[in-house]
Amino acid sequence: MMESIAPAPVTNALLYLDGVSVSFDGFKALNELSLILEHGEMRAIIGPNGAGKTTMMDVITGKTRPDLGTVLLDGRIDLTQVDEAAIAELGIGRKFQKPTVFESHTVADNVLLALKAPRDPLAALFGIRNRMPRDRIDAVLETVKLIDLRDRVAGDLSHGQKQWLEIAMLLAQDPKLLLVDEPVAGMTDAETETTAHLLREIARSHSVIVVEHDMTFVRALGVKVTCLHEGSVLAEGSIDDVSANERVVEVYLGR
Amino acid sequence: MITKLLVDSLDRRATLFLGFLGLILVAVPLLNLWVPEGSAFHVPTYLVSLLGKYVCFAVLALSLDLVWGYCGILSLGHGAFFALGGYAMGMYLMRQIGSRGVYAHPTLPDFMVFLNWKELPIFWYGFGSFPYALLMIVAVPGVLAFAFGWLAFRSRVAGVYLSIITQALTYALMLAFFRNDMGLGGNNGLTDFKDIVGFPVQAQGTRAVLFMLSVALLGMSFLLARILVTSAFGKVLVAIRDVESRTRFLGYRVENYKLVVFTVSAMLAGLAGALYVPQVGIINPSEFAPANSIEAVIWVAVGGRGTLIGAAVGAFVVNLLKSVFTTGALAAYWLFVLGGLFILVTLALPKGIVGTLEDLVAAKRKRIEERDRRGAVPELAE
Repeated sequence: MMESIAPAPVTNALLYLDGVSVSFDGFKALNELSLILEHGEMRAIIGPNGAGKTTMMDVITGKTRPDLGTVLLDGRIDLTQVDEAAIAELGIGRKFQKPTVFESHTVADNVLLALKAPRDPLAALFGIRNRMPRDRIDAVLETVKLIDLRDRVAGDLSHGQKQWLEIAMLLAQDPKLLLVDEPVAGMTDAETETTAHLLREIARSHSVIVVEHDMTFVRALGVKVTCLHEGSVLAEGSIDDVSANERVVEVYLGR
Repeated sequence: MITKLLVDSLDRRATLFLGFLGLILVAVPLLNLWVPEGSAFHVPTYLVSLLGKYVCFAVLALSLDLVWGYCGILSLGHGAFFALGGYAMGMYLMRQIGSRGVYAHPTLPDFMVFLNWKELPIFWYGFGSFPYALLMIVAVPGVLAFAFGWLAFRSRVAGVYLSIITQALTYALMLAFFRNDMGLGGNNGLTDFKDIVGFPVQAQGTRAVLFMLSVALLGMSFLLARILVTSAFGKVLVAIRDVESRTRFLGYRVENYKLVVFTVSAMLAGLAGALYVPQVGIINPSEFAPANSIEAVIWVAVGGRGTLIGAAVGAFVVNLLKSVFTTGALAAYWLFVLGGLFILVTLALPKGIVGTLEDLVAAKRKRIEERDRRGAVPELAE
């Protein structure tokens, strides 16, 4: 991993994407995408289906290797050179579009597995992972209001509760940067509101990128918005600016 | 609360299982050695060895359950590790024959004399020593599993592709071991054993001790597996089984976890094979047959994957049926029975025997709890 750390920071930004291109069998999922996220910033990413939102997350978390371009964390660490586990260790957490929790584990065990601590087999076998303090787990579960369900099997939770549990796992991981993919898809209005509140709360102490289709939700977040289209940035600014942008209206409504 | 109950009940179940093993460990040899023949309680020696064979299969099933039931690695080649452990033991037993072979050669086993070999191949060196053989029994399957896993898990071969490669692995080994040039007895394998650590292999007492050792191995393998799966390590394994990608994005190196559990499992299978060989008196390349590995998967499925006890129960039940159906008039129907059993379990008991029982017990407990709660309400109101 040493060779992937540049001697001096190239930028002061937390996340720096420059000219990133990814193509799948000729289809350009990302086309020279450039994006900068500052420390402590929360950013909403919108865009129609196929705009490259999920592919962008895949590139940042090491699931997909870009064909071209630079991806830097803290201006020094080249994320294109390391794997998913290493990127997670560096402090990037990810929430999937579909709620992805460990269904046969209890709610508390889901959080236990996510807690920041050594993750090698030895630590899990005889080490620290077996002696994680209960209050660290409970504190996270309090935040997402799942404390009463701590001993329930995660598979029994409702769709919304699973989404919150996944957010709780991200909190337990305590990453520098959180990537959240469509957190309110399939949620009721009340659940959406709670989630927006939760994310704003999280954004106080973490940098966050949220990908979302739901415009009311994006408005409720009240943060800088980037609109992607065909793999590159179409518009960037406040939600009002972006939604007033003619080209954005065009891609959303169709030509 | 529910988890705690579950953990407690599992512990009770584990204790019960170990208690049962302790009972047969003592009872079977006692009924064999001290109850006179002709008594209704006498256990004949052939039965002791037959049961010992089942117990070795139970250890193999347990090792398979560890990787398949808990980590989702469906190995269709676990028989290979079992057979390798068996061959290591067989080589030791061959060296013990000494000059008592048919050709009475002082160092070379009969099959080598037959092939006109002049000296012992280098890889046979050391097998005259029991501790060395014991080391090889775990090291050979362990190293093979480690090398195989290192390549497969690192390149993220998973699911059905991994199953196919494990199947190919055991098949390739079978073909290799069939060759006389391998120096392991070719087609006939290794047999005609005389002594094990100085005791005659065929003797009633030796057979009883081998049975006891097999049961002890099952007990210790079970304990080891329980420790593995109840620790945080086991929770990570289950996480990998359920959603591998999520586990990676949480920062776990999935390949390392798989490698550890696969290697440990292969070593257990090797030990099982080593105790199997002196009890059946032969090891030959047919032990590598893919069908054997697939049968082991059926044992685990029948007993209930991911339960450990189920693996042992499944191995016992299916092999008991096999013993009944492969002798006498029913012999022609065994494969139909096996196939039918697999279909029945897949359709009617997807969680296997033990998994289904667990569900029934849990459901009953829930009903009792709810009744108690309802019953308790009026008292509280007073």
